[in-house]
Amino acid sequence: MSTSTPAPPRPHAPGGPLPRKRKPGTRSPGEGRMAALLLSPTLLVLALVIAYPLISALYQSLFREESGLDENGFVAEGESFVGLANYTDMFVGESGARFLNALANTTFFTITTVTLETVLGLCLALAMNRAFKGRGLLRASILIPWAIPTAVSGLLWRWIFQSDGIANHLIGSEILWTAEGFQAKAAVIIAEVWKTAPFIGLLVLAGMQVIPEEVYEAARIDGAGWWRQLGSITLPLVKPTLLVAVLFRLLDALRMFDLPFVLIGPGKQSVETLSMLAWDESNQLRYGSASAFAIILFLYVALIAIVFVKLLGADVAGTKEVRTLRKGGRTRKAKAL
Amino acid sequence: MTQIPVLTPTETPDDAPQRKLKRRGWKTYLTYVGLAAIFVYCLAPFYWMLVSSFRRTADIFENSPIPQPFSAENYIKVFDGATLFGRALVNSLIVAGITTTAALVLGIFAAYAISRLNFRFKSVILGVIIATSMFPGISVVVPLLRLFTDIGWINTYQAMIVPNLSFAIPLAVWNLTTFMKALPFDLEEAAMIDGCTKWQAFRKVLLPLAAPGVFTTAILTFIHSWNEFIIALSMINDPNLQTATVAISKFTGATEFQAPFGEQMAAGVIVTVPLVIMVLIFQRRIVEGLTSGATK
Repeated sequence: MSTSTPAPPRPHAPGGPLPRKRKPGTRSPGEGRMAALLLSPTLLVLALVIAYPLISALYQSLFREESGLDENGFVAEGESFVGLANYTDMFVGESGARFLNALANTTFFTITTVTLETVLGLCLALAMNRAFKGRGLLRASILIPWAIPTAVSGLLWRWIFQSDGIANHLIGSEILWTAEGFQAKAAVIIAEVWKTAPFIGLLVLAGMQVIPEEVYEAARIDGAGWWRQLGSITLPLVKPTLLVAVLFRLLDALRMFDLPFVLIGPGKQSVETLSMLAWDESNQLRYGSASAFAIILFLYVALIAIVFVKLLGADVAGTKEVRTLRKGGRTRKAKAL
Repeated sequence: MTQIPVLTPTETPDDAPQRKLKRRGWKTYLTYVGLAAIFVYCLAPFYWMLVSSFRRTADIFENSPIPQPFSAENYIKVFDGATLFGRALVNSLIVAGITTTAALVLGIFAAYAISRLNFRFKSVILGVIIATSMFPGISVVVPLLRLFTDIGWINTYQAMIVPNLSFAIPLAVWNLTTFMKALPFDLEEAAMIDGCTKWQAFRKVLLPLAAPGVFTTAILTFIHSWNEFIIALSMINDPNLQTATVAISKFTGATEFQAPFGEQMAAGVIVTVPLVIMVLIFQRRIVEGLTSGATK
């Protein structure tokens, strides 16, 4: 857990300890050059696959393929600058309705799946947070939904949700799960939660296992029951881990693509997410609006990430490691709330 | 806190021990029910895929829990040739393999720099690398699709491998950095005092020590790349170059009612089985790798 390594007493250390550095050390010019050399390939590739697409999408979103309007769908030479029209069009007319629907679907899926996953994941972790026989087996089984490719899981659930499939057989209904409508949303949510709740469960379980047993012993001696222990010890202490897990899931759910694409299909109104809409637009060679949707999705993701990190203090980069030393103080604070 | 003697619940000095015991028994029972429920929850859908894949086409809609009669017909058909599924598996292996290797090589250098060297903007660079991992796939795909069309990369392996690095590199850098930070610096330091250069200390001391972390990162990166869908779907339209996840999503009959479900399930099992085997063998490492970042 502790990542603070002792300061290397290098013979040529001239400088004093640097401010806000856990590891006081020197910053010799050679070291900086070496770091630059080692990091440059990574940063170069990331510039190509992240920075370039971002800038390129911003630029392309200001243009529009003129031939995209006639339904023949071939690439035209003419591409005209339309300013922010691709963005303003998101709120008017037929394409606007499609965008707003995709935005609503994305938000709806994100809220419902992450809420369900968190609750279920917590329950999984609580059930597994004690020694029992066959723990290894259970942990392996909990990893299987996580390891199954999302595309395969979409296929698998489409089979389960067939009109004469096992789901309808088991609950004795005749629901057309994969047809348009609310049941298609439900099918996507069920499949998504199945696949990802174990992931949250695993992360939370790992967070629970670093809570020292003595804390519980002390609480028990003080007469705290199971619920009290859960509310005053377990939850406050796993909160940092849980926040990181929830943040990961939020960002992942916002860009959901594979599952509705395979389970229900492309271009279905009831499950179309922003990713699917942008993909469909670029498939129709309307790169301008596709880029605009991609930018909006990126901003949405970035906004959620920033709000989450700022408001709730999710510690993604592990920069607050030092605080674990003050966990006791934090627990007391959490109790007071 | 550490001075408190460990007491089992029955030894607590307060109220009636009998009631306590009874409650404990009830709770243990409930826990096991819960654990069994988790087991079924996780495995039942996968089991259903497995069972369905071993049915004959004629009785694919049977609901018996064991295929009767047992048939490998679907597996034979999957590799028939018309679907190019074998080819797709090889493609997946190539793409995921090269992605993993490239991400690891770059990731090891970057993680070494971040965990062992002192330089300016270190936390900014780490923050940027981590932040890139939240970049939505579609925002990478749309612009690169256009770029790759212009430079003639559509329907090539590199058109999948390069965009895959957008999620593989942050994953690798983050995991490896966490792992290397946790390794003691003393040994490298001793090596350097004994006259090793930084590079030698890295190669001969740190790298062998970090091998388990590198291996864990390799497994995670490989699984992520193997499961990748949207990039492979967008960059490739030649069936000869499709990866397995895309190939099986396109295993459809002429209409929805003719969909070859048995074959789809068999293909799904084939794509998943390597991952399940990895999970069974390396579960400890995978869990460690998944959780190391989140629980520090």
